[in-house]
Amino acid sequence: MFELTLAELAAGLRKGDFSSVELTRSYLERIKAEDGRYNSFITVTEEQALAAAAAADAALTAGTATAFTGLPIAHKDLFCTDGVRTSCGSKILDNFVSPYDATVVSRFKQAGAVMLGKTNMDEFAMGSSNENSYYGAAHNPWDLERVPGGSSGGSAAAVAARLTPAATGSDTGGSIRQPAALCGITGLKPTYGRVSRYGMIAYASSLDQGGPIARSAEDCALMLNVMAGFDPLDSTCLEREVPDYTATLDQPLAGLKIGLPKEYFSSALDDQIAQRVRDAVAEFEKLGATVKEVSLPNTELSIPAYYIIAPAEASSNLSRFDGVRYGYRCEDPKDLEDLYKRSRGEGFGAEVKRRIMVGTYALCAGYYDAYYRKAQQIRRLIQQDFIRVLNDVDVIMGPTTPHPAFRIGEKNNDPVSMYMEDIFTLSLNLAGLPGMSVPCGQVDGLPVGLQIIGSHFAEAKLLNIAHQFQQATDWHKQAPAGI
Amino acid sequence: MEWEVVIGLEIHVQLSTTTKIFSGASTAFGAAPNTQACAVDLALPGTLPVFNENALRMAVMFGLAVNAEIGKRSVFERKNYFYPDLPKGYQTTQLAEPIVGPGFVDIETDDGVSRRVRLHHAHLEEDAGKSLHEDFHGMSGIDLNRAGTPLVEIVSEPDMRSSKEAAAYARKIHAIVTTLGICDGNMAEGSMRCDCNVSVRPKGEEKLGTRTELKNINSFRFIERAIDTEVARQIDLIEDGGRVVQETRLYDPDKNETRSMRSKEDANDYRYFPCPDLLPVIIDDSYIEAIRATLPELPDARKARFIEQYALSDYDAGVLSSYRPQADYYEQVVGACQDAKLAANWVMGELAKLLNQNDTDIKVSPVSAEQLGGLLLRIQDNTISGNIAKKVFELMWSNGGTADQIIEAEGLKQVTDSGAIEKIVDEVIANATKQVEQYIAAEPEKRGKMLGFFMGQVMKATGGKANPGAVTGILKQKLDALCS
Repeated sequence: MFELTLAELAAGLRKGDFSSVELTRSYLERIKAEDGRYNSFITVTEEQALAAAAAADAALTAGTATAFTGLPIAHKDLFCTDGVRTSCGSKILDNFVSPYDATVVSRFKQAGAVMLGKTNMDEFAMGSSNENSYYGAAHNPWDLERVPGGSSGGSAAAVAARLTPAATGSDTGGSIRQPAALCGITGLKPTYGRVSRYGMIAYASSLDQGGPIARSAEDCALMLNVMAGFDPLDSTCLEREVPDYTATLDQPLAGLKIGLPKEYFSSALDDQIAQRVRDAVAEFEKLGATVKEVSLPNTELSIPAYYIIAPAEASSNLSRFDGVRYGYRCEDPKDLEDLYKRSRGEGFGAEVKRRIMVGTYALCAGYYDAYYRKAQQIRRLIQQDFIRVLNDVDVIMGPTTPHPAFRIGEKNNDPVSMYMEDIFTLSLNLAGLPGMSVPCGQVDGLPVGLQIIGSHFAEAKLLNIAHQFQQATDWHKQAPAGI
Repeated sequence: MEWEVVIGLEIHVQLSTTTKIFSGASTAFGAAPNTQACAVDLALPGTLPVFNENALRMAVMFGLAVNAEIGKRSVFERKNYFYPDLPKGYQTTQLAEPIVGPGFVDIETDDGVSRRVRLHHAHLEEDAGKSLHEDFHGMSGIDLNRAGTPLVEIVSEPDMRSSKEAAAYARKIHAIVTTLGICDGNMAEGSMRCDCNVSVRPKGEEKLGTRTELKNINSFRFIERAIDTEVARQIDLIEDGGRVVQETRLYDPDKNETRSMRSKEDANDYRYFPCPDLLPVIIDDSYIEAIRATLPELPDARKARFIEQYALSDYDAGVLSSYRPQADYYEQVVGACQDAKLAANWVMGELAKLLNQNDTDIKVSPVSAEQLGGLLLRIQDNTISGNIAKKVFELMWSNGGTADQIIEAEGLKQVTDSGAIEKIVDEVIANATKQVEQYIAAEPEKRGKMLGFFMGQVMKATGGKANPGAVTGILKQKLDALCS
């Protein structure tokens, strides 16, 4: 049962092979038994899950079920969930029980999904290893000594460990794609504005985008069908028709034009990862695609630009966590300034503080032009690079990460080296483009991800390409040892 | 040395939208604390702003009314600072690209100075909540009902040269926003608040002196007094060899003094940057022109029309047109009684007096324009005198009813029957032999003044109901007959 995809589970529910309550109970038991090793969940919502499953079974019996009815999922713990703690991986929100549902959460509820719980993450989605969580590091199911990636590390680890068939994630600089790559599963960061951000606790508003993490492209399509679409509560969410993402999965790839950016295959890239990516591209050639080298000359600039813009927005977005209305408040503040300083000083972790300080500095009078404005200019250049290339080819392919999963603690004292892990992913956020990570092989027993990048709103195309690859290969079916 | 005063104003006007600028919560005044603060206003994690188009429409109306360029692209920015009544830790406002660009208004003071005051710009922003420091046993209470109420902040150039001009400018802005119906104009409830930037310089000097900012003044009278007080302080300071420090000061109306709140050195670095949760607001000419077509007659135009159409004095026309409900009321009274001058005297006189005394807005005046018009008709047709009319008006104010009903019920109808008046005059003359003798003895040109005594006696005897014109005529005729 734990090897079944969402699509297969949906069929099983309809055939009566098992009920949603049985399915849900199995997963809850598995989480209870196994998650001690992975620390992938912050909160397990057993009671709500069983109630939702019972309602789903009633709908299945009554014939009112829809595609997602009765399917278990987990939400990254930055999606607000009514009546359930929403911690964002932070001490400062450890006591925060949201009084409302994020739009993504309420869409899954309406679709009949069963929420198993809330998954671990880097605090406020700031990190590439899930080590920055107040609730402790999550562990990579392929090697418990290694990180699952971040910031959606809990979601990726839980899906890879078969503790949930699928989970939501959010991606500000690679936080869906990088952990998906490191955990050998499939993740999609949609176009900015495709999925509502309402109720998804903000890290960097102009970069954040929610998306699906699952074991196959088909399952990601099923999830995106639920998640995508206009939301009047999010002014940056675009009013644009949502296709049925499952409808075009089977289109043939003959004639597909693939671009390989020469900048992605530089010396910084692990040779073996480069080889796995080239093997994957060869597979696409077999499926009828043509390949050419392209250039994204400003790729290197994406890291400094990102590490100005994201912290700048974060420094402002995180100002609301002040100990006044909700969340952590220090003991016995002696005055207002003490309340602010200690509530925030004690409530936020080191990486969050680092980014708040960097962002505050970048926005200061006198530095704004040199940092923030310049970063926005670079952002436009990066966007133009992509648009130019994507006028020439249908999709861009390359590695998702420069290395496979690293060891827990390995990069803790070197934030810049940690930031470099996102070199291939964060330029998409700066450009607002959709991207997927698909398993395409292994290096020393650790999974490697292929990144597929498309034009704005080309999610259906990306899912189609990824699905065809997964029909031709079985990398996505590989499970960690002992699962 | 002779000093010149230089004043610029920043006026915050609360827009009368029914919901907040970035959320669906109500903006009504006076609800129990925090009952009108939704998830967005409370800045709960994950919430996002959605711009209220009504606030945009109102800001554009204002821009058009002050002859300003309208920003076809305007951008919301975040002004970052920590304060307990600022839930997000930043105020969403506009800076580099405001909705209203440069414009101007023309003002006139009571003593006849007229001036064009240029507006630097006006921008949209959200109001903060309120911190309550009483009754919390050493803690502070936070009421977020007001958080997110839409404001237009109107920033003038430093074009005013006296406290009177500043007050006249504030009155003009008040007249414009209330005429447009975009603000209720209630200054006591904080619907319009004023920051005054004040500096002095030697007369003839071009360079501006160091300014101080007087915060949050909420009446026209206090604007004048606060500026006068601050100007005197600055001049004293400079003449004593001191220097004005750039700072924010608070005006205390009870002590009539200004006090330092914070100096420039303590000022926050607000770290403005464009709000990534809101897209730039783009509007086109057709949007602007559609709004222009809905603009009501503005105070300046109405004043000119009052002078032209009703032959009012410049002063009367200015007062009556300054507040739209009052101007509307006035025109209804004119419609009912057809005497523009009489209507003006009553609306600005008796009615204004009672409204003031009872702290009542003309919009909820207990005496309607129809009632007042009906009363004035009875003055015009000599049913009652002006003095009796005041009595009727007071009864009308407290008990309601039409003029005719009150006159009838109280028996106030004026006596115009000359036979009845003659009879009373004869009695008065018969009972005042001493005064009659004095009258006869007086030189003819002094007799006119002495008529007053007899007049008073007749009015006393008739309870004020005798027609004064008729009484004068008959008195004169009878007394003069005695002299020959």
